[in-house]
Amino acid sequence: MANTKLSAPGGNPSDVERIKRESNYLRGTLAASMLEPISAGISDDDNRLMKFHGSYLQDDRDLRNERQKQKLEPAYQFMLRVRMPGGVAQPGQWLVMDELAQKYGNGTLKLTTRQTFQMHGILKWNMKKTIQSIHQSLLDTIAACGDVNRNVMCNPNPYQSDIHAEVYEWSKRLSNDLLPRTRAYHELWLDEEMVASTPEQDAYEPMYGPLYLPRKFKIGIAVPPSNDIDVFSQDLGFIAIVEDGKLAGFNVAIGGGMGMSHGDKETYPQVAKVIGYCKPDQIYDVAEKIITIQRDYGNRSQRKNARFKYTVDRLGLDNVKAELESRLGWSLETAKPYHFNDNGDRYGWVQGVGDKWHFTMFIQGGRIADYDGFQLMTGLREIAKVHTGDFRLTANQNLIVADVTPQKKEEITELLGRYGLIDVQQYSGLRRSSMACVALPTCGLAMAEAERYLPVLIDKIEGILDENGLRNEEITIRMTGCPNGCARHALSEIGFIGKAPGKYNMYLGAAFDGSRLSKMYRENIGEEEILRELGTLLPRYAKERESGEHFGDFVIRAGVIAATTDGTNFHD
Amino acid sequence: MFEEKGFQVTLSSMNDFKTNQLKKVQQLLVVVSTHGEGEPPDNAISFHEFMHSKRAPRLEGMKFSVLSLGDSSYEQYCQTGKEFDARLEALGATRFHDRVDCDVDFEEPTKAWLEGVLKRLTEEQEGAGTAAAPAVESPSAPSAPAAESAYSRTNPFEAEVLANINLNGRGSNKETRHLELSLEGSGLTYKAGDALGIYPHNDPELVDLLLAETKWDPQAEVAVGKQGDKRPLREALIEHLEITVLTKALLEKLAPLATNPDLAQLTAAGNEAALKAYVKGRDLLDFVRDYGPLEGSAQDVVSHLRKIPVRLYSIASSQTANPDEVHLTIGAVRYDAFGRARKGVCSTQTAERLEVGDKVSVYVQPNNHFKLPEDSNTPIIMVGPGTGIAPFRSFMQEREETGASGPSWLFFGDQHFVTDFLYQTEWQRWIKDGVLTRMDVAFSRDTDEKVYVQHRMRQHAKELYEWLDQGAVFYVCGDMKNMAKDVHQTLAEIISAEGGKSLEEAEAYLAEMKKSHRYQRDVY
Repeated sequence: MANTKLSAPGGNPSDVERIKRESNYLRGTLAASMLEPISAGISDDDNRLMKFHGSYLQDDRDLRNERQKQKLEPAYQFMLRVRMPGGVAQPGQWLVMDELAQKYGNGTLKLTTRQTFQMHGILKWNMKKTIQSIHQSLLDTIAACGDVNRNVMCNPNPYQSDIHAEVYEWSKRLSNDLLPRTRAYHELWLDEEMVASTPEQDAYEPMYGPLYLPRKFKIGIAVPPSNDIDVFSQDLGFIAIVEDGKLAGFNVAIGGGMGMSHGDKETYPQVAKVIGYCKPDQIYDVAEKIITIQRDYGNRSQRKNARFKYTVDRLGLDNVKAELESRLGWSLETAKPYHFNDNGDRYGWVQGVGDKWHFTMFIQGGRIADYDGFQLMTGLREIAKVHTGDFRLTANQNLIVADVTPQKKEEITELLGRYGLIDVQQYSGLRRSSMACVALPTCGLAMAEAERYLPVLIDKIEGILDENGLRNEEITIRMTGCPNGCARHALSEIGFIGKAPGKYNMYLGAAFDGSRLSKMYRENIGEEEILRELGTLLPRYAKERESGEHFGDFVIRAGVIAATTDGTNFHD
Repeated sequence: MFEEKGFQVTLSSMNDFKTNQLKKVQQLLVVVSTHGEGEPPDNAISFHEFMHSKRAPRLEGMKFSVLSLGDSSYEQYCQTGKEFDARLEALGATRFHDRVDCDVDFEEPTKAWLEGVLKRLTEEQEGAGTAAAPAVESPSAPSAPAAESAYSRTNPFEAEVLANINLNGRGSNKETRHLELSLEGSGLTYKAGDALGIYPHNDPELVDLLLAETKWDPQAEVAVGKQGDKRPLREALIEHLEITVLTKALLEKLAPLATNPDLAQLTAAGNEAALKAYVKGRDLLDFVRDYGPLEGSAQDVVSHLRKIPVRLYSIASSQTANPDEVHLTIGAVRYDAFGRARKGVCSTQTAERLEVGDKVSVYVQPNNHFKLPEDSNTPIIMVGPGTGIAPFRSFMQEREETGASGPSWLFFGDQHFVTDFLYQTEWQRWIKDGVLTRMDVAFSRDTDEKVYVQHRMRQHAKELYEWLDQGAVFYVCGDMKNMAKDVHQTLAEIISAEGGKSLEEAEAYLAEMKKSHRYQRDVY
């Protein structure tokens, strides 16, 4: 099947490839590790495998030094991520997540940038119970992390619900059909008996094979004019094409991705390129063949160069397209025109098709918690108890109370009011367009704060906005604690990547619709300098912008920063 | 001092004493302490049982005297000593010197008893030629530290605090201090399993409340101790006198000073139950508030107060591994009672006031009944939940340092894994390095059903019995009332079930283990 013109990079396989190879299809020694009583942690090898099961071991980094002095191991705990294509959760599922967060987690839920729930602080011996409860709620955590296809994103477009429903069904189908076939998850967490015979490897994991993918793989489906799911950040993006009010097909975009490594110009964020168009019922084949191309030609030696975007850039877009069409046995049609307005969320009540209503609310940093004087978690729990529609987690860490009947609207509105959730205009345009990854204290990769610090920084930037009449101007601002870019910093008009505690690289010039990457503007600066820079740039923007001009476009026109036309010139 | 006078003395601890030799003893000196609610100490249990059973021989030819050690804050003060005293008489032996009951401040009465006994024996010897005076000694009886040191119980060493760490992580219900003290220059030596005595200080805040309540002058000179040393009152109350425990005896002595007529009522005959209920858990400040003001001077009250008692802690370090240091594991005691927050004297002094560089008065209290097996190949099983873990840290340090090859198995438990796993990283390292063979843990408040060390023992009953069968020594350290009892019960059940024995046979197996020093306990 492999094309003789194409080849995978040489070099010794990375250690993770060894772990996967030795794991017996993602089992490893996890069963024993989870029972080992002297540590709340697990071995590094098992932690690599744990990701495929939707979780990884973390520790509370705030306590690391203190606990070391106390002769205690790090405060090990597991992050657990749910697989929930398109971010749709039933009220009953919401209540299960809420209960598990209280019972086994740290009492909060994180709505992720990939439209799912994440729980933090679960102790080793509570993992099985938690995963079983999730399973009983008809959700799971399979392949929520790891070198496989991750949670499939999908625009939760609330005002074209019939299109959304159809697109959502495709995202669910992709997510389900692209799951690993190993029964390791069911054996480890759901007490399924292990099957004695070991079938032929290819039959066992027919698409992925025993080594799975070289790196994670992300798929998202956008419905124009909204690019909320940042379709250009995906390894594989589909853009829904609606003709005459019906879903006609999808444009196919490949090779996007946000991650990079500090100080390594061979790594860079990249935007996906549109290579053609397919019919709805062809998207599974397209996805499967793209995944097998990455399986066969991705870099298994260097993990930081292993994402599909590097495979595409190395092999050439045309060659990858040709290989895809060769594997498909048919050719993609020419891409259809489309237009995106933005990559953010529209807030408040909207009426969808039929008589259903949808309320989109801003969730700062995607964190569902109860705060002093702001009972967000309690409020949402009360809504879930009476809600008859569903919840939709947006790609911007926000939440839609969707499919509210006219009869229920008054009751939901009353609850939204009672818990202070209804007035979205209380937040500045900048804050409403903000996003932050978890970072400290739980993420092992974070070099600086993100979720805990961005709100504080925005408080200070709002002073500048107010002085310049920009309070309601929507400017996207995103912060990630490390260059892996979970908050898709490279596609926001103002972006920050953590470098060290209190220090960030600052990026400018991304497009408001998520079609152009940003570029580094200042390196390794602290809050004072961030505010000084924005204290100059924002007033200029207020005075000099053209009508309807977004901040990301303005800084390029004004010569503040050069445009990044492709990931390969991100560092130039 | 007996041998100087030409007596032939056999010194023996009760569980080493062969009861079939009893009839040959001419003079028997019994030194015994009392544990808990009037129970004999661990290594006196079998002898105590024997003496009170039908197997005990008639002892018409024997002369005896008893020295009992106790703490008058307990209801059954010196009970075991009293029982031996009465039982020996009942068996026909002759009491040649009256029993002496010692409170926590035992030096003076002990000295008096020894001198009195010697005097009587000498008088008899002069009348009847040479005699032998074997003494049976209980484990809690004080004996001098093994090696030469200028420092002792009566002349404690001022040890500098090197480290004082809270071992419990954030969010714990507990506070357990790891205290490291310097023994540099003291000449003090200890073995794994020994204890360290600390002379604690009372909480100055409590003393100030007492002074405010009594309106006594804090600077007034008072005489304290046997020598009547003059000290300013506040200093005396902090450093020398017990103010946190009330006893029946103290209240009876203070009764004449009380202006409140209710006290006379409370201490009157027939009201023992009420008095007992009152003193339990109350302190001097409660008393002064409830029955004050007191007539007379501060000295009138102070004269009746006991010397602040020493606190003994099982040592958590090995001197082989730390030549100039001694480590302790001290659980801070804090609770509310009778409308006030109460604090353990020594534990909260450690937790709240002892800082690195400060000094505390200490001495080594050997415990020959809690020792690693002489053969370093012997397997050991250690059960030490909570602060009971302390001596096993010293065992592991010792075995690591000496390269002992015997297998070891530790059972530990506490409330929560995340915050209360005392010395967690050290056990992990010892397991990794093979010094500790295996470890099982029980965290009672992490699960819906409470799990304790004995449940873990039961889970691994088969292997545990195999270890015992292969000659393992079984150690228990920690809480006496619940834990040690439950562990003993479980151990008997395991021996019964796995060894195909009746419960009686299992108990006999355990008794035999005790006798051969294969079942050792350091419980409190």
